[in-house]
Amino acid sequence: MKVVLRNPRREIELTGVKRVGDLFRRLDLVSESYLPIRAGELCTIEDAVDDEDVIELRPVISGG
Amino acid sequence: MKCRVCRQRAVIQVKRHHANFCKDHFIEHIHRQVAKTIDEYKMFDAADRLLLGVSGGKDSLALWNILNELGYAVDGVYLHLGIGDYSSESLNLSTNFAEARGLKLQVSDLPAEFGFSVPEAAAASRRAPCSACGLSKRYILNQIADELSYDVLVMGHNLDDEAATLFSNVLRWNAEYLARQRPVLPATNEGFARKVKPLIRVAERETAAYAVLQGIDYEVDECPMAAGNTINRYKEWLNRLEEDSPGVKAGFLFGFLERGVEHFPNADRPTLDSCRFCGQPTTSDVCAFCRLQAVTLRA
Ligand code: SF4
Ligand SMILES: [Zn+2]
Ligand SMILES: [Zn+2]
Repeated sequence: MKVVLRNPRREIELTGVKRVGDLFRRLDLVSESYLPIRAGELCTIEDAVDDEDVIELRPVISGG
Repeated sequence: MKCRVCRQRAVIQVKRHHANFCKDHFIEHIHRQVAKTIDEYKMFDAADRLLLGVSGGKDSLALWNILNELGYAVDGVYLHLGIGDYSSESLNLSTNFAEARGLKLQVSDLPAEFGFSVPEAAAASRRAPCSACGLSKRYILNQIADELSYDVLVMGHNLDDEAATLFSNVLRWNAEYLARQRPVLPATNEGFARKVKPLIRVAERETAAYAVLQGIDYEVDECPMAAGNTINRYKEWLNRLEEDSPGVKAGFLFGFLERGVEHFPNADRPTLDSCRFCGQPTTSDVCAFCRLQAVTLRA
């Protein structure tokens, strides 16, 4: 699967991820700091993913 | 995962409320949280003239949308800070948002009206960019609210902004800042506008989710001057704690508002004079903004 990260924008490839929640664990990211978005729709950590998916992990922290 | 209300597929989980929501019920939940906050802290009523500080980011655009849907008439003001493409892009997003909804957006331009940008001010004054920026934003918003006779200045600070600021103020035991960390700052005789923060019950992740679900096109890229910003670092840490103990951020902030802030009275605030150059309230002869401007223009 393809994971899109922002600030700066970059993409990483991962295989064998089953759920959105696993994605956070694999990348050691805190789910409270991101919104997982697939094809323009929000998903939750329980949603299933497969190797064909493109998921954006959009950071929610901003401003100063 | 199913929506708490209708049992349809949930699109977001709000752990501190032990709830999952579908799109429609999440939007309803957010509207209710904001309406409750406005009510509880008696922030404003329908007769007040409201001015919202708009940055083009998720919080201010989401808040504008929410207040609009709750039936409040709110005008926006965008401050162009002169931060390269970031400023022009966020101005575009703000303008598009306002035009699509028939809302009134004023634009104030720091370089054009005051002769300097945030990056220039930060370099010349050796302040952290966000500190020079925050000072300029507070000054100009207050000035515009005053000049155009708005009753209330509405700010888009969310739960995470307030919790991280509180954390920072507690680490330093900054009594003066702690005293002012309230959801409502009343107007003062000397010319400070009434300031309110209706989003304090809504976490940053929720304002972002609200914006995505409502199809609001907002500035996702981070401000280039934000690198190394301490408040953002505190937010990351607090989110790590939140992940382990959902509700810890809200408990920290609302515990302070309910039981802590009263111990930091605003009473010993020094009497304010008018700035020699611009007339805005200040504790010294020349206000901090005019000093920043002078230093920057001299550089
Ligand atoms: S990140 Fe800092 S410099 Fe950039 S807009 Fe926010 S306060 Fe201003
Ligand atoms: Zn529902
Ligand atoms: Zn001044």
